Amino acid sequence: MADVQERRTDYGPPHYEQFLPPIIKENYGKWKYHEIVKPGVMVHVGESGDKLYTVRAASGRLIAVDKIRKYAELADKYCDGHLRFTSRHNVEFLLTNDANIDPLIADLKAIGHPVGGIGNSITSIVHTQGWVHCHSAATDASGIVKAVMDDLIEYFEDMKLPGKLRIALACCLNMCGAVHCSDIAILGIHRKAPRIDHSQVKNMCEIPSVSASCPTAAIRPAEVDGHPSVEIEEERCMFCANCFTVCPAMPIADPDNDGVSIWVGGKVSNARSEPKFSKLAIPFLPNTPPRWPETVKAIRDLVELWAKNARKYERMGDWIERIGWPKFFKMAGIEFQKEHIDDFKHAGLTYKRSTHLTF
Amino acid sequence: MAHEIPKSPKLDELEKGAWPSFVTEIKVAAEKSPMAADLLGQLEQSYDERIGHWKHGGIVGVMGYGGGVIGRYSDLPDTWPNVSHFHTVRVNQPAGWYYTSEALRKIADMWENHGSGLTNLHGSTGDLVLLGTKTDELEPIFDELQKMDFDIGGSGSDLRTPSCCLGQSRCEWACYDSMALCHELTMHWQDELHRPAFPYKFKIKMSACPNDCVASIARADLSIIGTWKDDIQIDQAEVKKYVDGGMDIQEDVIANCPGKCMDWDGNELHIDNSYCVRCMHCINVMTKALAPGKDRGATILLGSKAPIIEGALLSSVLIPFWKPEPPYDDLKELVEEIWDVWCEEGKARERVGEFMQRVGLGNFLEVIGVEPVPEMVSAPRDNPYVFYDLSEDEDEDDE
Repeated sequence: MADVQERRTDYGPPHYEQFLPPIIKENYGKWKYHEIVKPGVMVHVGESGDKLYTVRAASGRLIAVDKIRKYAELADKYCDGHLRFTSRHNVEFLLTNDANIDPLIADLKAIGHPVGGIGNSITSIVHTQGWVHCHSAATDASGIVKAVMDDLIEYFEDMKLPGKLRIALACCLNMCGAVHCSDIAILGIHRKAPRIDHSQVKNMCEIPSVSASCPTAAIRPAEVDGHPSVEIEEERCMFCANCFTVCPAMPIADPDNDGVSIWVGGKVSNARSEPKFSKLAIPFLPNTPPRWPETVKAIRDLVELWAKNARKYERMGDWIERIGWPKFFKMAGIEFQKEHIDDFKHAGLTYKRSTHLTF
Repeated sequence: MAHEIPKSPKLDELEKGAWPSFVTEIKVAAEKSPMAADLLGQLEQSYDERIGHWKHGGIVGVMGYGGGVIGRYSDLPDTWPNVSHFHTVRVNQPAGWYYTSEALRKIADMWENHGSGLTNLHGSTGDLVLLGTKTDELEPIFDELQKMDFDIGGSGSDLRTPSCCLGQSRCEWACYDSMALCHELTMHWQDELHRPAFPYKFKIKMSACPNDCVASIARADLSIIGTWKDDIQIDQAEVKKYVDGGMDIQEDVIANCPGKCMDWDGNELHIDNSYCVRCMHCINVMTKALAPGKDRGATILLGSKAPIIEGALLSSVLIPFWKPEPPYDDLKELVEEIWDVWCEEGKARERVGEFMQRVGLGNFLEVIGVEPVPEMVSAPRDNPYVFYDLSEDEDEDDE
């Protein structure tokens, strides 16, 4: 009789301890300081004096098993099989022998993986599925990320920025990965109301849920052509697509009117200033695959504007607050328009209610 | 290779350039997998038409779990039959995203046999994503994962897979063991993770210091961020070394202190710690000279979310200072109180942060049994619409 494996559930992830290299186990909770040795390489020194070298390489997030095997091979070759991934999709090799650093870097570059992303650099662009896998994407994720990082590679491979710069991309307002607190955020958007297939609404959707899903109460139940359905008061629709999320009979994607918007000035860390949201800078750029040149240029311009003008350590949002938004719009060459002014629930809190103006 | 790999002139353009190319990855997988080949074709069509071709996911999964598998179906099944189903399996990652080559090879080998060969390392919540398989492969995949001791992650209106920074495993700034906490909470709440029973998703992210490298304050309903209570530790000799080495301590460090509580007299650095807001800047800059205090713990914040529906939120302070002590029973009790209230009174698809705003933080605190403290607000209210409750005062008068 064949060996029947007993089916298990609820056993959770493997305990991380089995994956830690000995140097980490020995120095766990007892690290003293770290230094950045050169772009993409840092050393952590334990209270014991032990030294752990980390080599960080770009990783595209969408990778085939062959690439996983290559990472495994490199880890075996240089660091006893020990590696990890970062919270922003990159890969890190954990070395104890510093003589292996340069050969590892050479091997990584040979397979097309630049080394960098530590310190005052652009680490990578946090993103999700886009057209590769998502039903609600207003733009592609991987394509824009590739195009932008290709263009900004010098900032990944070096540490010449005044401070940290986090770029993230969300293919729609669901913001999987929460790009709302990035120095530069790329957000996929729609600009036209959904097209309702009234004959299908009752088959595919729960009508009360559809009404409830709308942030601006633009949707109400209605009988249309004899079908129980919904109607949208289009003046109140701001194309967030949440109704589509709960009702497949209301598609919203539209190749000519969908595109990306660029937001700036957010941050997550508490260093120097409190965390803050990204704010709208560029309302619309078209989807122009495969390389989205308008988006690539807009982001490069923003990066360089900030890099040229910010003080050391000053994140983009802090820099803008110091110089004021009017100066930012002027320096960035972005025309201020009605869409830049908030009009949702707490909009009044964002109006400038003082005379602190520069001229 | 029996299947054809579709032509992809637009995507081919993205094989050029310095950044690793996802197109190359899809093509490599397409050599072996008809699924990946059709993905390439459909993606090229999306690049031509500038629109996606996926339907809303259906409910698919493995027996006994209500989530962890994202159903995905192409809306062009006749053109691209090999992605007619193309589901995603979320695999709960090891805390801190540490792997060995051996573990990764096992996953790679298994996945090649049961799916497209494409993965995301990792998804934004933290799971290792196996990208693209058919419905009848799901149980076999789960069988294989069991043998490797990897479990499936969360999805839907459940506790999503918790994630954490690498904390004490490598970082000198870690104020608590984020990986131990992450693993313990994940194991303790397996039922909540695998069986969606909440009004909506609930995410927990743990950073071991206020730098918040996993963006916990922006991306998790429950944000646990390391901090310390006492004085920043100073090694004056090392401070002097930084200054002698050319650092402009006044400009780079002291001027950037939000508490304005630092002073350099040419010889020694003084910090008036009672005004230190634990922002980490000075420690970040002078890591050999400064370190967080010895009395370490975490600030617990609640409520962050993305814009839909009521607007984006950052988590707000719930417990200013918590001392993590395994098995963290006090935290578990608090969170389960929060879940009880939210499950009872929350609307469908209402995140905890929205729920708190709807019912009012003051009321929420009362129900979960936490005393209001000024650390929870940036400032007290400036509007006078106060729901004074005299019934309490009357009871006191009677005594």
